[in-house]
Amino acid sequence: MVLQTPHAPEPVESIIPLASEDLKRKDYASDVDTRWCPGCGDYSILAQMQRGLSNLNVAPEKMVFVSGIGCSSRFPYYMNTYGMHSIHGRAPTIASGLKLARPDLMVFVITGDGDALSIGGNHLLHVLRRNMDVKIFLFNNRIYGLTKGQYSPTSELGKVTKSSPIGTTERPLNPLSVALASEATFVARTFDTDPQHLTATIEQAARHHGAAFVEILQNCNIFNDRAFADYTDRDVRNERLLYLEHGQPMLFGENEDKGLAVSATGLRVVDTDGPDAGLILSHDATRPAPDVHQLLARCQYPEMPVPMGVIRRVNAPTYGDYIDSQIEVAKFKNRQDVAQLLRGRSTWQVE
Amino acid sequence: MTTTSTKANGSGNSSMPIQERDRVTVRFAGDSGDGMQLAGNRFADATAIFGNDFSTLPDFPAEIRAPAGSLAGVSSFQISFSKHQIFTPGDEPDTLVAMNPAALKSHLSALTKGGLLVINEDAFTSGNLKKANYPSNPLSDGSLEGYRIIKAPITTAAVAAVDDLGLSNQNAERTKNFFALGLVYWLYDRDLQPTLDWIEERFGRLPNIAEANRRALFAGHSYGETTEIADAHVRVPPAVLTPGEYRTITGNQAMVLGLITAAHLTDLELFYGSYPITPASDILVELAALREYGVRTFQAEDEISAVGTAIGASYGGGLGVTGTSGPGIALKSEAINLAVMTELPLIVLDVQRSGPSTGMPTKTEQTDLLQVMYGRNGESPLCVLAAKSPGDCFYMVLEAVRLAFQFVTPVILLSDTYLANTAEPWPVPDITQLEPIDIPYRRLEQVDPEDFEPYKRDPDTLARMFIPPGLPDLQHRIGGLEKSDITGDVAYSPENHQRMTDLRAAKIAGIANFIPELEVDGPESGDLLVLSWGSTYGAVFTAVNDAREAGHEVAHAHLQYLNPFPRNLSDVVSRYEKVLIPEANTGQLRMLVRANFLVDAKGYNEVTGQPLSARLLTEAIRKLADE
Repeated sequence: MVLQTPHAPEPVESIIPLASEDLKRKDYASDVDTRWCPGCGDYSILAQMQRGLSNLNVAPEKMVFVSGIGCSSRFPYYMNTYGMHSIHGRAPTIASGLKLARPDLMVFVITGDGDALSIGGNHLLHVLRRNMDVKIFLFNNRIYGLTKGQYSPTSELGKVTKSSPIGTTERPLNPLSVALASEATFVARTFDTDPQHLTATIEQAARHHGAAFVEILQNCNIFNDRAFADYTDRDVRNERLLYLEHGQPMLFGENEDKGLAVSATGLRVVDTDGPDAGLILSHDATRPAPDVHQLLARCQYPEMPVPMGVIRRVNAPTYGDYIDSQIEVAKFKNRQDVAQLLRGRSTWQVE
Repeated sequence: MTTTSTKANGSGNSSMPIQERDRVTVRFAGDSGDGMQLAGNRFADATAIFGNDFSTLPDFPAEIRAPAGSLAGVSSFQISFSKHQIFTPGDEPDTLVAMNPAALKSHLSALTKGGLLVINEDAFTSGNLKKANYPSNPLSDGSLEGYRIIKAPITTAAVAAVDDLGLSNQNAERTKNFFALGLVYWLYDRDLQPTLDWIEERFGRLPNIAEANRRALFAGHSYGETTEIADAHVRVPPAVLTPGEYRTITGNQAMVLGLITAAHLTDLELFYGSYPITPASDILVELAALREYGVRTFQAEDEISAVGTAIGASYGGGLGVTGTSGPGIALKSEAINLAVMTELPLIVLDVQRSGPSTGMPTKTEQTDLLQVMYGRNGESPLCVLAAKSPGDCFYMVLEAVRLAFQFVTPVILLSDTYLANTAEPWPVPDITQLEPIDIPYRRLEQVDPEDFEPYKRDPDTLARMFIPPGLPDLQHRIGGLEKSDITGDVAYSPENHQRMTDLRAAKIAGIANFIPELEVDGPESGDLLVLSWGSTYGAVFTAVNDAREAGHEVAHAHLQYLNPFPRNLSDVVSRYEKVLIPEANTGQLRMLVRANFLVDAKGYNEVTGQPLSARLLTEAIRKLADE
């Protein structure tokens, strides 16, 4: 029994440029040797990205991966697509310009917690706010890996790192809250050690028409090992993660014996066989108001289960949709005559 | 007073004889809310239609509305017009219209000795005098002796003229700029019709306001007819210009038209990423209104995003352009370097302004030359061009686009506040006569994948094989890491880095073989060469000619290509005993010329926020020629 009946408008899907033949995962892998540390969570993400794209059968030549700087940003080199390994924090800008100039291309941004939330924080807000039709995958390992272990904007308060030998003195950002506050139309979270969930989330993001933001919890086994293990390890996953399904009650626990309900102060955990079982919410990713989505984004271990999956997915015109329609209308209404434009409002003749 | 009359040409009804002059310079000065820019622009329009050659110099504070009557709030507009071709808005005005004490205080020192002062005596109240730091009233204390003065009750006369229209006091008073304009029209024998037409077009939907402005204009004109000042009524005969169709144009407008024309000639989609910044904002604003030409303007969240999106558009095969001023270039530098390393076509417009830091946002300077040449990390050569006049901005944009695509490189085009805002008559180009612009990547799209390597180079231009994403079997990755020669793979080998550093330098240096040689005006060799670049062209040209008229043999050459230099520059500078480089900076081109050619070039440098003074420069040229 659920309190709330989700309304689920048909999602507007992104037009995926399809390959002419049936492609396999390896068709999306470039011949460049991967250079991440052995055991890095990035390997799994790379493999699932290739799998997800082969499931969708995307034409590799119509895909562009744009990245910034950091371990994750090496990603484009390993994909047999077009790609640009750009500069620190700026991938969303390059991806935006590319997508506006070339709506036929599918544009993915690969970024990290430092790249997206520290040096590139401003661009992340605006690419989401504008609903640019680009898919952003933020590999969150809560550490600076490529510079060898300084704290990041998602490192927990008090964390001891090379640049915080007696603990950090700053509070972390919550990437999902930032994305929701930036009016993102698609917000999801997944993690490196659940390949099936990772692949499915990548596919859903790819299908979204508009800006998609996916936080991927990714283990850095060198500088921040087991950062998410408390809730992502196989033996605790079912108890401590909440796998979200649109339209389904928000249940978790080994035997789906717990659920989330609204309380006066936010969300709370209730037992499915307790007196408040009837108050368990169904997940509505398409709900226009981001209120419950924000509450979900704030759920943290150990007080609450950690949500995984698509938190928000709403339909909205993209920046490109708006500007293309302005151009179409202007072309219909106004003359295109460069010679006349050069003459301006008035001219005079010198004899 | 009648509003049915459409033709009111002062010369016919005046008893005062009309004087003829070759050239006159008028400056309108008032509060930034007094409409001086509007009055000046109308005067320029009427002057254009009359047929004089002219050049304008708007000068306004960065504050939108500084406190009324304050010195900080003074806004001015200068126009020089002539029966000959002219190249500057004039050094000292012959006539100064001062709408209040602050305007008089700020601009009197510029007025030529014996010049004409048109003063709004209504504004000389004790309060306004105090705001302008006048201990006593200059209209009565004798301090204006030596000038010819027309003291007019401009505010009260304008208000009286619109008395029965039922306007608010504020709106009635706002017509005083049209009164002043009418008076100046009488002084210089201008036809009122173009302004009446403009009023109708602009205010047609507000008939009361339109009528008020018309009446104020006529009232000012009539006031002129009844003034009894000697020699005030002046006519400058039309100039003999090359026949053809003309319009007025500012540098920023020419940039806009150049970009649209480049997109038209290349059949590329124009993308303009920009963050609002004085004095470049107008380019964004004007392009945003031209959606019918397929223009995608993008008002970015910051300067970095503005250039990042432009790079993205270029990478996608579009015409990616970003525009800014000096502070914005500083922020964009890292991304411009990405375009240097990835070797992508990119157009960067730098409308320079006074610095350092925020500096004086509305004032002009040529102080970004070294920044755009060297203000990036690593060995980072790119192509730098500079426009020499407002109309030249149009042609230099086309040139920037041509070079960016031919050499697959970022190109920075320098303009400045002066070029951006100054207006001049401009022969309308015939687009059917413009040179086509080649887009080499279109031919590469036919390439056999076996022959494709992203960093394989054209043997003539050294341009790499740039192909936008989308074509099958050509997938490759680029980025900011050092590239392996030919394959474009990431590479750290010492030999490769040396080779790529040399190749990037050689590519830009080789552009010299594809641009015109530097032309010298005057003797081919001899005593003195004046070498200039950018917006100082007009002042230097004028000063050189004045020095010649005074009997000096002076050569003049003007650079539009700053990197690379024209291939004969070394030869040119070595043919003269002395080289003088005038610049609105402390000697940036001079440093480059001295370093490149071991020539002991001298500088003439002003860093005042104002265009170079042709008069002072003439003196400097004459002094050096006499040495």
